[in-house]
Amino acid sequence: MILYYHSLVNQVNMKIIKSPAELTRIKTDIIKKMSEKEKLRIRVHMGTSGLASGAKEIYEFMKVELEKRNIDAAIIRTGDMGYSFAEPTIEVKLPGEAPVVFGNVDKLKADEIIEKYIKNRELVDGVLPSNFRTI
Amino acid sequence: MARVKMQILVCGGSGCYGNNSEALIDNLKLELEANALENDVHVIRSGCFGLCSLGPIVKIIPGDVIYTKVTPEDAKEIVTEQIMKNRKVERLLYKDPVTKKSVATETEMTLHKKQLRIVLRNCGIIDPENIEDAIAHDAYEALAKVLTEMKPLDVIKIIKDSGLRGRGGGGFPSGLKWEIAYKNKSEEKYVVCNADEGDPGAFMDRSVLEGDPHAVLEAMVICGYSIEAHKGLIYIRAEYPLAVARLKTAIGQAREYGLLGKNIMGSGFDFDIEIRYGAGAFVCGEETALIHSMEGLRGEPTVKPPFPAESGFRGKPTNVNNVETFACISPIILKGAEWFASIGSEKSKGTKVFALAGKINNVGLIEVPMGTTLREVIYEIGGGIMHGKKFKAAQTGGPSGGCLTEKHLDIPIDFDNLIAAGSMMGSGGLIIMDEDNCMVSVAKFFLEFTVEESCGKCSPCRIGNKRLYELLEHITKGKGTLADLDRLKNMSLVIKDTSLCGLGQSSPNPVLSTLDNFREEYVAHVTAKKCPAGKCKDLMEYFIISANCVGCTACARVCPVGAITGERKEPHLINPAICIKCGSCMGKCKFDAIIIQ
Amino acid sequence: METVKLTIDNKVVEVPKGTTVNKAARQLGIEIPTLCYMELHDLNIENKPAGCRICVVEVQGRRNLAPSCVTKCEENMVVKTHTTRVLNARRMVMEFILSDHPKDCLICAKSGNCELQSMAHQLGIREIPGQEIASISTYRKDTSPSIIRDLDKCIMCRRCEMMCNTVQTVGALSAVNRGFMAAVAPAFEQNLEYSTCTYCGQCVAVCPTGALTEVDHTPDVLRTLADPTKTVIVQTAPAVRAALGELFGMEPGTLVTGKMVTALRALGFDYVFDTDFAADLTIMEEGTELLDRLNRHLKGDKTARLPILTSCCPGWVNFFEEYFPDLKDVPSTAKSPQQMFGAIAKTYFAEKIKVDRKDLVVVSIMPCLAKKYECQREEFSTDNNRDVDFSISTRELASFIKQANIDLNNLDDGEFDDPLGESTGAGVIFGNTGGVIEAAVRTAYELHTGKKLERPDFTELRGLEGVREATIDFNGIPLKIGIAHGLGNARKLLDDVRSGKSQYHAIEVMACPGGCIGGGGQPLHHGNSDIIKARAAAIYAEDKSKPIRKSHENPFIIKLYEEFLGKPNSEKAHHLLHTHYFDKKKKIVVKQ
Repeated sequence: MILYYHSLVNQVNMKIIKSPAELTRIKTDIIKKMSEKEKLRIRVHMGTSGLASGAKEIYEFMKVELEKRNIDAAIIRTGDMGYSFAEPTIEVKLPGEAPVVFGNVDKLKADEIIEKYIKNRELVDGVLPSNFRTI
Repeated sequence: MARVKMQILVCGGSGCYGNNSEALIDNLKLELEANALENDVHVIRSGCFGLCSLGPIVKIIPGDVIYTKVTPEDAKEIVTEQIMKNRKVERLLYKDPVTKKSVATETEMTLHKKQLRIVLRNCGIIDPENIEDAIAHDAYEALAKVLTEMKPLDVIKIIKDSGLRGRGGGGFPSGLKWEIAYKNKSEEKYVVCNADEGDPGAFMDRSVLEGDPHAVLEAMVICGYSIEAHKGLIYIRAEYPLAVARLKTAIGQAREYGLLGKNIMGSGFDFDIEIRYGAGAFVCGEETALIHSMEGLRGEPTVKPPFPAESGFRGKPTNVNNVETFACISPIILKGAEWFASIGSEKSKGTKVFALAGKINNVGLIEVPMGTTLREVIYEIGGGIMHGKKFKAAQTGGPSGGCLTEKHLDIPIDFDNLIAAGSMMGSGGLIIMDEDNCMVSVAKFFLEFTVEESCGKCSPCRIGNKRLYELLEHITKGKGTLADLDRLKNMSLVIKDTSLCGLGQSSPNPVLSTLDNFREEYVAHVTAKKCPAGKCKDLMEYFIISANCVGCTACARVCPVGAITGERKEPHLINPAICIKCGSCMGKCKFDAIIIQ
Repeated sequence: METVKLTIDNKVVEVPKGTTVNKAARQLGIEIPTLCYMELHDLNIENKPAGCRICVVEVQGRRNLAPSCVTKCEENMVVKTHTTRVLNARRMVMEFILSDHPKDCLICAKSGNCELQSMAHQLGIREIPGQEIASISTYRKDTSPSIIRDLDKCIMCRRCEMMCNTVQTVGALSAVNRGFMAAVAPAFEQNLEYSTCTYCGQCVAVCPTGALTEVDHTPDVLRTLADPTKTVIVQTAPAVRAALGELFGMEPGTLVTGKMVTALRALGFDYVFDTDFAADLTIMEEGTELLDRLNRHLKGDKTARLPILTSCCPGWVNFFEEYFPDLKDVPSTAKSPQQMFGAIAKTYFAEKIKVDRKDLVVVSIMPCLAKKYECQREEFSTDNNRDVDFSISTRELASFIKQANIDLNNLDDGEFDDPLGESTGAGVIFGNTGGVIEAAVRTAYELHTGKKLERPDFTELRGLEGVREATIDFNGIPLKIGIAHGLGNARKLLDDVRSGKSQYHAIEVMACPGGCIGGGGQPLHHGNSDIIKARAAAIYAEDKSKPIRKSHENPFIIKLYEEFLGKPNSEKAHHLLHTHYFDKKKKIVVKQ
């Protein structure tokens, strides 16, 4: 079964944040909830560059195929990372592993990622090493 | 299926590819097979590591050991030492440029990465349509801090102390701008976010709005609190439908959570944000033109002063910042002015996002500390020039900027250095050109853009730029004279000196800067009537080398205008008076007999 | 007053804070040339887009050159107005402007009176470098009933736009397109005819070049004069005599009534009449209507609409038909003097001289361009024969006189012909803002009170304030009068009428700033409002010099009613001298 990221966290808070303390509490709740349910997480980068290169297709493909292959995962739509030269890009985070970004993902590559990396933790060609620091 | 024990990642980025990484991969595979390890150890071709000057790069997993400048001959040692004996090959390890010590793992190397993401911190990380994902990544925490612990002037002081300068082009100190807006007392004030990203090739604002809209919303509320405004407006071009949609969702969610609207987080402070659409005129990035456009008037600038901080939207004090500037605000509040001021160069603090475009391998967005050199950007992050060609120039600041050349490769890029080099920061478009680019044509290309985008209000910009363009065209057609070059320069200087707004005041920059840096190319166009880069059609001549021509008649048959004559099995001739320079003959010739002169 | 001290060309000057560099320089006798800038000081009209960039100067410490027309003086500022940098830039900017301008000065309507031409001359431009490869931005020519737009000659000074939008609030003209192809045009780039244009002609009055001009009807007039089968009558509006002399080198404010009559006669007109006569007639009709509505109102008749609005200005009529069609029963139904004259000429006078109306041609000389459109309105024709055949402006008349090599300066004073040439001082002051209502008050007062006016001058109704008001005691009834000139000012009063807030009994509106003396067909003022003031003074002087100063005392008016019309507002008078208004609110019609 696929649990969408939205439904994963959206129910934490439905009321207006009335104080900074409440913001902190909600934040803690969200993070807690997210880490409790740590599982396979896939980010599909769907900004304009990504979408123009076919990210939506990959998003749909992942949704359908993971469900078909009985893999529990959270699939998240995000903006682009700036890797325009390698769009569409997706990031796969296996529980307990550092996230790995794959570039130039087409359906064939997506299939390979599921079969080799997601199922067997075996990397495939097209890994994009993280080339930045962040705050 | 047996679990793979180790993986060797070899950089397959264009830079490393150019440095023979394919042969390295082959050799590694051969070595593994020779040692019967091919099932336990896999060789993977990866994307760019952003260390192209040190390529090819090899990474060993697990362990995250990084090797640099690995040649195909090193394959044997890597397999026998690292893979089989788990001993690092010391001579191939990355050396810290300062301490000269070897750095083994990628984790250790992180500190040496050229890119630092502040503005793009959440892009590609969070779901932009889910405010809780944003909150989990610190969104609105800075706002909470501002609302509970700080007074408007405290916030302004932090922004001033941070040294943040406007990312929209001018580089005006943001804290000072806020302070002026704060000091102009009025019941009604506005915070405007300039999301009218108009530089051709620049798309960092779009990416931020698409990837992390809450960063901008939060900063606008903080700005509103600091200058005592209660209304925010985002001026965004209608050509950014996805950014608009995500902004709308974000604004809706922020209202739902009480992070926009009345009494934000119980502080008693009210602030709300509306979206205004632009039709995508370049000049509407100029703040007075932007404000007129939002007021429903023709998007054209008016003379400053009065500055928007005194009399802006609807004549009220208005603070205009662009998206990237706003995206820096929350981290500054949370991490402090000193932290931000510690990044970057002496007078330009923080990071800058650049949109790499043109003849560079890793086209895309990068974010680097101010003061990073062009060389680092192109060769270490950008993956170098496409097809291994020679770097010729980089245009910064879009059509308002100038070009940097080889001699500028090691200048730290910041606001002031770029101006000193005859260019400008602009919004961060970085267009890379190689030896095949004709610089006269490049200047003409940018002029064509400004001629189109001038609002037409003032004569030097409306007519002068057109005249500049026409003169450039004249030159690329081989009709120019040396005197025209002086006239180009004089016209450019007058247009800069007399135009009403920043558009006209900067539009001749591409001409001036190419004229300064590539005068010999201009001279070749006007005296020898040649285009050294072979780009100007009117200056090209197709020519058949008789020695190579076998008289197959293929060229004569493909020529659409019958410019090629010659007997079968005899060398052919092209009549330049008839030739339209379509290049069809050249494509057909199998004997390399046709060349361009 | 707070002042600042600055140095301009090494001379120190102290000026009030907020003064522009250009004006401060003028105090020192330094005239920094300007092109797009224009000011009508006494009328509070200023055009300062800072677009032409001709007036740039060097300000110490400033990166680029500063436009002196909008740059405010600051303490200790150091300004240089003629450094080589400034002169080089100014010349090149001028060359740019000229490079995109047709060079057909020989046949341009503005030649000799063109600000661009004078500027080119002043800057000593003798050639335009690069002209051979310079393209010229072109735009289709647009001819409306009154105004011709030839945007090839537009220099984007935006004066017309400022007049049309800011002063007149008509909104017919604004900048369209971008860059080199930028132009000033109506919405959707339609022709003026299909826009909200009222033909007030204020755009033409301020255009520095030949981009906006009147439709020239002098060739038509010449043709009819040359036709022996036609009897040609001319009528001249009051404001013309106060301005025509300017085009013959006379001081502004010189009255040339007699010389003008002589010149018209010399041009071959069979009868030289005065629109002032019809102005007196207008007062009889409009004044009677006012009293009627007032009396009914005082008796509690709710159908009596007050305030009454004057209706003699055709630009104003076009304006309310466009923007206030819901109020079209509020203005007086009286026709304008031009049309009253035409109606009487082609009936009463035609019968008198026994000429068929189709052989009688009525030409009007007007300070106005909207009159050209007005005389072409369908309702002002009988059997396809217009009551007024041609309307030509003061400028066209001057050109016509010059074509006939007549020097106005050397003419003797002539007299208007009878019977339509006799007028009173009340008819003359129609030319000034406030004049119509003052003339109406003179007559209405006496008719209403039965008392003789001691003093016909109501100075409280005069002046150049955009909106003025006065209360006149009508035998115990305080008659509240509002006056607006300039359509933007009129809009303010109209908005109050629409919302029921208006307290006035009568409102006079003139479309042009200053009234007809500042009309769109008058000699160009080039931004000098002293000229307009001088014309106004001349009008009041003519009024003062007239033996009769009240319309109802005009003997020929009395005779006209006796012989022909009966009483004011009689059925015949209604038929000939009154009109009705139409809803002309523009629907969007895209016309190629």
